[in-house]
Amino acid sequence: MFGAINPAVLIASLMVASVPIMLAALGELVVEKSGVLNLGVEGMMIIGAICGFITAVTTGSPLLGFAGGAAGGAALALIFAVLTQSLLANQVATGLALTLFGLGLSSLMGQGYNGIKPPLTAAVPFGPLRDIPGLGRILFSHDWVVYFSILIIAATWYVLKYTRTGLIIRAVGENHDAAHALGYKVNRIRLACILFGGAMAGMGGAYISLIRVPQWTDGITAGAGWIALAIVVFASWKPWRVLIGAYLFGGITVLQLNLQAAGSSIPVEYLSMSPYLITILVLVIMSSGKGRTLNAPAALGQNFHATR
Amino acid sequence: MFRLEKRPTPSRFWTGATPVVAVILTMLAGGLMFGVLGKNPFEVIRTIFWDPLFGEFAWYLRGQLLVKAGPLILIAVGLSLGFRAGIWNIGAEGQYIMGAIFGASVGLAVFPTENRLIYPVMIAAGAFGGWVWAMIPAILKTRFNTNEILVSLMLVYVAQSILAMAALGFLRNPEGAGFPGSRNFNSYPAASNPELIAGTGMHWGVVAAFITVIAAYVLLQKHLLGFQIKLSGQAPRAARFHGVNPTALVVLCMGISGALAGLAGLFEVTGPAGQISIDFNTGYGFTAIIVAFLGRLNPLGILLAGLLMALTYIGGEMASTNLGLPSAAIQAFQGMLLFFLLAVDVLSNYRVRMSMKGTA
Amino acid sequence: MTSAKPVLLSVEGITKAYPGVVANADVSFQIHQGEVHALLGENGAGKSTLVKMIYGLVKPDQGRMTWRGAAYAPSEPRAARAAGVAMVFQHFSLFEALNVAENVALGMENPPALGALAAKITQVSEAYGLPLDPTRMVGDLSAGERQRVEIIRCLLQDPKLLIMDEPTSVLTPQEVDILFKTLRQLAAEGTAILYISHKLEEIRALCDEATILRRGRVVGTCTPRERTAREMAEMMVGAVLTPPERGAKKDWGDNHPALEITNLSVESPIPFGTALKAVSFTVQRGEVLGIAGVAGNGQDELLLALSGEIRTAEGMVKATGVSVGPLGPNDRRRIGFVMAPEDRLGHAAAPDMSLVENAFLTGAVRKGLTRHGFIDWAATRDFADRIIKAYDVRTPGSHVAARALSGGNLQKFVIGRELSQSPDVIVINQPTWGVDAAAAAAIRQAILDRATEGAAVVVISQDLDELLEISDSFAVLNAGRLTAPRPVKGLTIDQIGLMMGGAHGMETAHVPA
Repeated sequence: MFGAINPAVLIASLMVASVPIMLAALGELVVEKSGVLNLGVEGMMIIGAICGFITAVTTGSPLLGFAGGAAGGAALALIFAVLTQSLLANQVATGLALTLFGLGLSSLMGQGYNGIKPPLTAAVPFGPLRDIPGLGRILFSHDWVVYFSILIIAATWYVLKYTRTGLIIRAVGENHDAAHALGYKVNRIRLACILFGGAMAGMGGAYISLIRVPQWTDGITAGAGWIALAIVVFASWKPWRVLIGAYLFGGITVLQLNLQAAGSSIPVEYLSMSPYLITILVLVIMSSGKGRTLNAPAALGQNFHATR
Repeated sequence: MFRLEKRPTPSRFWTGATPVVAVILTMLAGGLMFGVLGKNPFEVIRTIFWDPLFGEFAWYLRGQLLVKAGPLILIAVGLSLGFRAGIWNIGAEGQYIMGAIFGASVGLAVFPTENRLIYPVMIAAGAFGGWVWAMIPAILKTRFNTNEILVSLMLVYVAQSILAMAALGFLRNPEGAGFPGSRNFNSYPAASNPELIAGTGMHWGVVAAFITVIAAYVLLQKHLLGFQIKLSGQAPRAARFHGVNPTALVVLCMGISGALAGLAGLFEVTGPAGQISIDFNTGYGFTAIIVAFLGRLNPLGILLAGLLMALTYIGGEMASTNLGLPSAAIQAFQGMLLFFLLAVDVLSNYRVRMSMKGTA
Repeated sequence: MTSAKPVLLSVEGITKAYPGVVANADVSFQIHQGEVHALLGENGAGKSTLVKMIYGLVKPDQGRMTWRGAAYAPSEPRAARAAGVAMVFQHFSLFEALNVAENVALGMENPPALGALAAKITQVSEAYGLPLDPTRMVGDLSAGERQRVEIIRCLLQDPKLLIMDEPTSVLTPQEVDILFKTLRQLAAEGTAILYISHKLEEIRALCDEATILRRGRVVGTCTPRERTAREMAEMMVGAVLTPPERGAKKDWGDNHPALEITNLSVESPIPFGTALKAVSFTVQRGEVLGIAGVAGNGQDELLLALSGEIRTAEGMVKATGVSVGPLGPNDRRRIGFVMAPEDRLGHAAAPDMSLVENAFLTGAVRKGLTRHGFIDWAATRDFADRIIKAYDVRTPGSHVAARALSGGNLQKFVIGRELSQSPDVIVINQPTWGVDAAAAAAIRQAILDRATEGAAVVVISQDLDELLEISDSFAVLNAGRLTAPRPVKGLTIDQIGLMMGGAHGMETAHVPA
């Protein structure tokens, strides 16, 4: 039954399939490290998807498209930041609102963009490297975003672990009262992290509409934002594990799509629900550990308001 | 620059006034959005908020109001109990679908028997279906500490796949000439949920919604359980000190909200929708979240919020057919409403002070 | 002696008001170089607000400050630190999930790389007799060690003025001695120290000058060594306080202990908490057992296990002869076993709920406030009003939210709520923490009165003076273990120090002579 599927092609395509959730999950990881729970990833992704699509189609430049996607995601994240950081709204409710609003607004913005092909993003020209059997297909056949997403994971890991900026972000997420007492601007630091998270989610969304699908349809993200949230838990808030998690889910998605295409005897519906069921399974395994082994930031989801 | 100052006691005035302010702000911002879309904002707002109640077709549309509000209220009241306790079931859409499938399966299994007991059994099965679907995140949360937000949401996608299977496979109408979708319950009296009073839109689901509102109101105001729900949400440690069993509370709140969502699904599929089809669900499970917050998680507030949200649905459809407003605009409009509500909510707990930072 | 030294910081006419409260009114004082200056006052006297203004966390409404002769108005802690002001906080400035070096780095302007910083921490900590491992997680440290992290964080900045906010509340007597040696060494090197406390004997032992605050105003200055503790106490409180009185002891003719704890061992449900290890004790009717110990040694866990928030095995906890280990809080209340946790806002009471609802919180069972699960709100309101009246809770009424009350008034409400349920066994954690002297005296008296009426009482407290004042017997909780209780009569401070296990983790301390 797997005979029709070439492993090199499978790995290469899972790398592509995992880019959107990887970017979105990484952004959310930074947001959560600073102590903020933004459940609006799905909304920011889909706004990123449509903003990126419109920008790319209008300007003809996929690169500008990604910038537009990031800007769109960050703009929606800004609403979240104002509501939760300045107006102290409940983070869970605001995140849900972001998703509901994003789904509606994206579909509104996408009127008239159905069925259009976006400009193509070419693979990075690696020349002869691409022709290495197997390896060339896996490592050297992709567009720049695939490499960018891995690069930014490494950068985030480095910043969080080794730099003062990273230390301050972690400190704010651990104990905002202490950070405030030491003179750090808790809400501003969180605002910056939220915007970064929005930009990453927006780019991830743009990748779906510009490269992965590539076209615009309503509800195109189909729960990818929620899976990204689950990957942050799976990753125990560690950047490299986001990579593993995203590849895992990318792999499942690609595999089930390939099985569908190969006319497997398993009904289509079972295959299409499998990524969600596996997400639940992984969440259960990851969270069944006791206490703080999960490594979640201590102030996650709590709003900060300086009193005296 | 403005500064927020925590009020010693939440303001009663603002607690009641914030939803009204939010609605007004949403009308302003929404009008702006409609203007950008090239429509006349006043006309659109009038079409959405005025015409369904007092316009030319109000005699028909007023009935539709209850049809749309019924499931929204039913689901939102259930969700609000959980939200108050800090239990975030956001997968009501999935529980709604499963309730419909369970209930419909019972009805279709005995087709074409005519018996008075069939519909009550279907109602029980619908509630059971929603309850079962909500028990999955509840048990995973209490047993493994798994995040109920993510699990309940993932189960929406799973439920949608199951719905597709039902509509295309195991519940498909054998006499339907291969078209997707089940038999129509409106032509099977023992299993249907008809309009009870012609022209009002009142069906059993609406009756259930009203009963639920009253029951939830009494529960929250007068009953120990309601006190425990509120206490758990506001001060979880104080709740344990009082003697609340957190596990039992999660199971209970998730169970109630799941069962109510399941009921809403059953009433919808046997009444207004008529049959199981791939897209009989119209996102009530998600919109109910907005309704719950707009109603300030208070049963009576939810009643009003449900009616208001139903109005935007009906008015939105009218604006769509009469004025060519994209239907997605209404979805964005509803999301905006939730934003404004969350934004002005700050006024009930905080005082806003202007601070002039000049040359000090 | 002090007048010979140049003035370091001068505070003139500082005023700061919050809605409903004037925290500081026209406060003026001076600190000289190398001087240990005490800021003395009760809880709520305005000490913390004042030092937060010096540290740049809060801006004064009026008045000005001068630092070494130049105008000084720090807009944020960074500016204060740059000028040479460092502060050791009473709470809230450490990050449990970060290690010592990271915690220190966060409090510095331009910290060196973590490796170099770690070496420096080791060096400085040894020079001042405060050994510390820079790679350990702060969450795993004892309270005394955590304070060292804060002190070293300050010392690495080479401060001219070191502010210490209630530094000894978390230390054992031996740790206090070590701290004082460090502070004297610093003062001798020319660092000025602003020492905030309400403990008079400490101030007499350590400080050169004292400024006394009451209700936000300076009510006096003195040289502590030349005054008695009693004189200073009267300046601080503004009235002469009578110690609580104990009614005559009766023989209850009952040889079953009212509370019997046998080999109680539980894991901590709190992150970085302390497990209880084989805790055993008994309390008779009419007896007050005081449990001392530095916070974080299992006090919270002990209260949770006694209140029923942590269930334990059959036989570990027996109250009035009934084994209640597996029972929840309400079943325990039903047999007359009540408790009051330390944290008023969020644990003992729900901050956003009214006093009526908070009265229901624990009173429901014994006061019969429900019928078939429905709440009798009229009776509950009655109960709340009676607590307010009997325990002199200052509030506009029972309808206000708990968080609107001052700490002392809410504590009176919480303790009153438990005591007015005619309990047979009472457990209270930190009865007077953060409470002003008058309220504290009232609370202690109420507890003693209930004991006189025949209740068995367990008081868990960090305040040794309080425990010695009200307890009949005394035990210490240290790293989750309880010492055997001993009668209070005849107990010396040295013996208590030994019971407290000396200075935790200080065995390796190298204290320069």
